[in-house]
Amino acid sequence: MTTEQLENVVIRFTGDSGDGMQLTGTEFTKTSAIAGNDLATFPDFPAEIRAPAGTLAGVSGFQIHFSSNAVFTPGDAVDVLVAMNPAALKSNLADLKEDGVLILNSEGFNKRNLERVNYDKDPRQDSSLSKYRVFDVDITGMTLKAIEELKLNQRSAVRCKNFFALGLVYWMFNRDPKHTIEWVEKKFAKQETIKNANIYALKAGYAFGETSEVFTHNYIVKKADIPKGRYRNISGNEALALGMMAAAELSGLELFLGSYPITPASDVLHYLSRQKKFGVKTFQAEDEIAAISAAIGASFCGSLAATTTSGPGLVLKGEALGLANMLELPLLVIDIQRGGPSTGLPTKTEQADLMLALHGRNGESPLPIVAAKGPGDCFYAAIEAARIAVTHMTPVILLSDGYIANGAEPWPIPSMQDIPKIDVQFRTEVEGFQPYLRDPKTLARPWAIPGVPGLEHRVGGLEKQDVTGTVSYDPQNHEHMIKTRAAKVAAVADSLPPTEVDGDLEGDLLIVGWGSSHGAIEAALPALRSNNKKVGHIGLRYLNPLPKDLKEICGRYQNVLVPELNMGQLSKHLQTELGLKVAEYHKVQGKPFRVIEIIEAAKRVLEAN
Amino acid sequence: MDSLPVINHTDPSTLSKADFTSDQDVRWCPGCGDYSILAQVQRTLPELNIPRENYVFVSGIGCSSRFPYYMNTYGMHSIHGRAPAIATGIKAARPDLSVWVITGDGDSLSIGGNHFIHVMRRNVDLQLMLFNNRIYGITKGQYSPTSEQGKITKSTPMGSIDHPINPVAIALAANATFVARTIDVEAKHLQSMIKRAAEHRGTSFIEVYQNCNIFNDGAFAPLSEKASKADHLLYLEHGKPMRFGKNNEKGIAMIGGCQPAVVDVQSHGEENLLVHDEQSEFIALMLSRFVRSEFPTLIGVIHAVERPTYDSMMAEQLKQAQQKGKDTIQALLDRGDSWEVT
Repeated sequence: MTTEQLENVVIRFTGDSGDGMQLTGTEFTKTSAIAGNDLATFPDFPAEIRAPAGTLAGVSGFQIHFSSNAVFTPGDAVDVLVAMNPAALKSNLADLKEDGVLILNSEGFNKRNLERVNYDKDPRQDSSLSKYRVFDVDITGMTLKAIEELKLNQRSAVRCKNFFALGLVYWMFNRDPKHTIEWVEKKFAKQETIKNANIYALKAGYAFGETSEVFTHNYIVKKADIPKGRYRNISGNEALALGMMAAAELSGLELFLGSYPITPASDVLHYLSRQKKFGVKTFQAEDEIAAISAAIGASFCGSLAATTTSGPGLVLKGEALGLANMLELPLLVIDIQRGGPSTGLPTKTEQADLMLALHGRNGESPLPIVAAKGPGDCFYAAIEAARIAVTHMTPVILLSDGYIANGAEPWPIPSMQDIPKIDVQFRTEVEGFQPYLRDPKTLARPWAIPGVPGLEHRVGGLEKQDVTGTVSYDPQNHEHMIKTRAAKVAAVADSLPPTEVDGDLEGDLLIVGWGSSHGAIEAALPALRSNNKKVGHIGLRYLNPLPKDLKEICGRYQNVLVPELNMGQLSKHLQTELGLKVAEYHKVQGKPFRVIEIIEAAKRVLEAN
Repeated sequence: MDSLPVINHTDPSTLSKADFTSDQDVRWCPGCGDYSILAQVQRTLPELNIPRENYVFVSGIGCSSRFPYYMNTYGMHSIHGRAPAIATGIKAARPDLSVWVITGDGDSLSIGGNHFIHVMRRNVDLQLMLFNNRIYGITKGQYSPTSEQGKITKSTPMGSIDHPINPVAIALAANATFVARTIDVEAKHLQSMIKRAAEHRGTSFIEVYQNCNIFNDGAFAPLSEKASKADHLLYLEHGKPMRFGKNNEKGIAMIGGCQPAVVDVQSHGEENLLVHDEQSEFIALMLSRFVRSEFPTLIGVIHAVERPTYDSMMAEQLKQAQQKGKDTIQALLDRGDSWEVT
């Protein structure tokens, strides 16, 4: 038995969607985080709640990348693949590294399961797995034996097999299973038998690794050198919810969420629905249109109003969003993008709603757009979106995506005291009040909410006369108002912080990304810079208006590359707005970028020049 | 909510109709039934003892939906069919406000049908006034969801083949807690319905039969003309037998055990007439089907029951959740599985 030290490891747990792979992955994540690794995770599950067991459609996976170095993505290639059945093996094997560890659950490889995924022969018995280190383990059988004395029914007993697998992997990576045991004790405090069954299975898996002579070595991944402080794991959707709550506290406003369930946004609604203690009001509407409409009503009344959705929902919200634009009311519209068009790939990721966010409304209706770069960053993106919305009295679209939403990472817990307050002034002064009188700097109109005597006024979707807000069909006024609303959005750029560039500040190549590709680009940077090439990276927070310094920064490089999970939407936007010629790199497979893909795309650009 | 302005409300007892009249020119067609409805609302609000600044009028799209512009209150002219959803957000955010939804038959029964149903089943505390003229006015004369089958319009040159919607029946099916009907020309009756609706806690639905003298003139003529009115209109009153006719000679009774029918009071006996009970769901459901020609048109409060409102229950849940003491966002951020990196 030897113990080998590794820097980076990528594990993927895969099985049927009822096999508990998400839970297994989450527990491994927590334990690794507590052990001091930097990490990133990627849960990947089917749109069907329970596809027939053993089929490709039902495969659920959870990938975790942990390291003694900084981690930016859940990892390209897999070092250890746990496959509970042939379907899981078939759909994941391509990502396993040569010589990688493959742990198979023997019981899953029965005739029926093999036939279901069209394996003519058992892959364990031909040469197809010869380039991997295969461990064919009777996970189900040993789990049943380990918990035999508890006399659980067969169905419940079999369900404990994920804990056996987790125990085995804990041993393999020298992980202390105590955090998971504590969690199980808490979670199943009132179900003694289930609690014990899971703990027995976990311990049995660990013991099997230790005592069987199947495994010749295990591994250690040392602590990462990460900044001191208090950390927690956070998923993108959780961070969004917390960011919205933080924005409400920072502005002194009441948070109102109008939402309609949609993957992958629903978790934000779930999370905020549990926060009544903080005065958070959530409204599960009858449809997407009602969801945003209710939020508009709440905003009119002085709430920090938000609506959360994904692409198909944003399409439905378009008309109401135009109304909010005309009413000039603050509103957070959060689009957690997924594969499209139409229902598309509900559980898979894509960044293809940028053009929808920019243009998806009738008439001239520009809106500020911000993008989150990763799970923890969602917190700050939400606060920033709220700040822009209430400062300029405008709806703001915040773009996240499925990859960010479900992915998780260790997150330095922020101190609310360090985050600047958001200044909100409700109009109360009657003298000189006009509903569309503007602040000269922000071009915001006054937020005059019902209940204040003397400020009674009417807003609506018909064109407004400047200053008075009276309905007006005057052609000159219409053009003036169109330009004024556009100028208001443009004015957001005046208060944006300088654009941050990672890597080289000038040179051969600037990679401009947005959203979840941030991690993959960041991870690709060292490999590109080591080659006598000067390469920089911008993860764009502000997509509309674009930062004023962006053009100048781009000009400092020979080439600009824009990788996106779409067919070139930011590229087109940069070309239109800044006249920039950029190299494009597209991927639209429902999957995030792999680091190697970014490296290769960047090298192609560097070599072509 | 420390940044919400603290305001001393004005004294509502000093309000008059003029206080509710905005500086905007009313631009409905001359002779439109909407003028009467606007006037009755402006006349009734001063009696409700609510400060003017606490009123919000929300509308969708259509002729009726220009209404908020003419009210000197807070108001929002919104998008087609969505006013009930916007009003729900208003009321959820600010339960202290008096919220009024103004809508038409196209607005609330075609494009907004969904929201119409849901605001009622939730019982959001607001008043929803549906101006029903059985025609699309603002798009210039197509048939509406309440137009009768066979209606010839620009979009139905051979007659509409759609079966009309029955708004009262839908409201009842959606468990509306207050359902009333009235007519634009019945000024006093309209005022009394507005007052009753305002006093009701929960979604108050008033269907107002309203004449469009341009595209559907006379749609309700038998109900508004002196010569025919008495034979066609039955004023519903809680606890009173259902009687109508020039000399109150006709009534509604159950025939053969379970069939409502128009009977002669004298021969049938007043004691055998149906007595209106606003709280009876079954009477309300039955009355909602009085749309065939053999029955009179019912006006008045068809149904009124108490049920907790959406906004009060939302406020109650918040209160309950906060009973265990205040919490800070910082505490929430700190909570959960966290660890120290040293």
